[in-house]
Amino acid sequence: MIDEVRTMPTAVQPQLMRWSVVLPGLAALAVALVLPQFANAYVTEVATTALLYVVLCLGLNIVVGYAGLLDLGYAAFFAVGAYTSGILTAEFGFNFWLTIPVAMVAACVAGIIIGAPTLRLRSDYLAIVTLGFGEIVRIIARNLDITGGASGLIGIERPEIFGFKLMQVQHFYYAFLVLALLTAFVCLSVERSRMGRAWFYVRYDEDAAAGIGINRVTAKLQAYMMGAVIASVAGCLYAAKMTAISPESFTFNQSLLILLGVVLGGMGRIPGVVLGAVLVALLPEVLRGAGTYRPLVTAVALLAIMLFRPNGLWPDKRV
Amino acid sequence: MTLDLLIQQLVNGLIVGSFYALIALGYSMVFGVIKLLNFAHGDIYMNGAFVGLIVFSFVGLWVGNGWLGVVCALLVSMLAVGLLGVIIERFAYRPMRNAPRLSILITALGASMVLNGTALALTGGRHYAFNTDLGFAGVDISTVHITYTQMVLVAASIALMAGMQAFVSRTMYGKAMRAVSIDMGASRLMGIDVDRVIALTFFMGSALAAGGGVMAGAYYGSVHFFMGFIMGLKAFTAAVIGGIGSVPGAMLGGLLLGLLEAFGSSLPFVGSEWRDVFVFGTLILFLVFKPTGLLGRSVVERV
Repeated sequence: MIDEVRTMPTAVQPQLMRWSVVLPGLAALAVALVLPQFANAYVTEVATTALLYVVLCLGLNIVVGYAGLLDLGYAAFFAVGAYTSGILTAEFGFNFWLTIPVAMVAACVAGIIIGAPTLRLRSDYLAIVTLGFGEIVRIIARNLDITGGASGLIGIERPEIFGFKLMQVQHFYYAFLVLALLTAFVCLSVERSRMGRAWFYVRYDEDAAAGIGINRVTAKLQAYMMGAVIASVAGCLYAAKMTAISPESFTFNQSLLILLGVVLGGMGRIPGVVLGAVLVALLPEVLRGAGTYRPLVTAVALLAIMLFRPNGLWPDKRV
Repeated sequence: MTLDLLIQQLVNGLIVGSFYALIALGYSMVFGVIKLLNFAHGDIYMNGAFVGLIVFSFVGLWVGNGWLGVVCALLVSMLAVGLLGVIIERFAYRPMRNAPRLSILITALGASMVLNGTALALTGGRHYAFNTDLGFAGVDISTVHITYTQMVLVAASIALMAGMQAFVSRTMYGKAMRAVSIDMGASRLMGIDVDRVIALTFFMGSALAAGGGVMAGAYYGSVHFFMGFIMGLKAFTAAVIGGIGSVPGAMLGGLLLGLLEAFGSSLPFVGSEWRDVFVFGTLILFLVFKPTGLLGRSVVERV
């Protein structure tokens, strides 16, 4: 059976050079930089959450958007980061900044345990195994003593930088902004690297990619692990901001929201993913009165996007 | 482990295992025919339990809470939810049949979330009691009491699965189903109405899941909107253990997983809170060492 011919973008052109992206991007950055000076605490709080989602969605976008792998347990890596950093600072008195590399290594190890066996198989298997992995991490966090059980971990140290302690919402807002910009920069450079091109190729046509000498298992594993590392760093900062974390912050629903952010704006494209992440962060605020209807609204949004606008709200014109 | 405990866990394992097997069968059939992981399958099981409960509470007014009520609930629920499966296939999956894999998977996930979200919105997240009156009569093997209800449940699931196996291996439609699962394009050229075969597959798979849902609801006495999530995951595990795409494999996998779970959680160091971790650990081990499952054919990945 002949599958429909899918066009592959001739080359991944630098997105930075295009005015339709640069101008809104600069405007958004300018607003983001001055926002806490004008906004009240509530708006700053929501904006901080939005930035957290930007980081997580950009990270998941590497897995889903670039490499075309469906990860349904992404919150698990977020949890690995948050708990690693939280346990090390709260129970062993580590300096916050030193916990970040440890969390990155932990996420890598978890990524290899889950990814190495499953990425050799059909991509569908990864979806369900990651779903199971997300549950396993949550169950482990709920049943171990060191993670504080169901009530969670408390007393996580606030980070200090050059003698300045991050305390208020505004401080964390800027910390997340820096992390988001850093993540976007990493995504941009990786997108145009040899590795990034390999991911795109694997996503569009696995067999052809293997034919020209790309090791598809390695390529997928790289994408999966890079996504894991980004989520774990976001988890570290999240734990420091909240000072208390519990297993209920890392449920399947959390993974779904992150995935929705990636799909909503447009998979595989940084501006679209940022837009989607912001929308997802605003969703609970908009739907505050909807109560038990909230998951249904999220679900209908996801299904409608897939059926009627599969390339997202801000799609890539090149493909 | 004493002999009594052994028998008790064997019984528990067989019952849970036959539920897993019923759900796994639908997973496996749909996967076999259109190579789609139907994420909504666990939620279809949950919907089946709810439809069964609604029918049961209406019918119960006339025929009481006994066997007749449960059988009515079972049949109506299987029919209604079977049709629901066909509707989901028609409106969510069929338009995506030629789309990239990732989009199909996300659509399936969306369908699952819509079913789950609807149930949450309608029930408000409450647990509903499924109050049956099936009696506690049964036989005693040493100190273990096995009720007739438990025996009937296992026998009914085995009968449903045997019927399914006979349908797939003996009838014309079953032959068409097998043909489509081997090569959809060639089947179409041979004059098989592929859309119809796929709809039929969804009907049968969903009906089996609904049957499992009603039986599980009646057996445990409670129905909840989130009951399908873990069930879907475990049924998938069962399907993988048995070999995905294979009907006898799904049955074997379901029963094995039920027994594994029952005996695994009674081992020292593995309390019941670790049961799910144990199950997913098994899934990952199988994917590493025997991804085709016990009875599956080896499938070469082709895009």
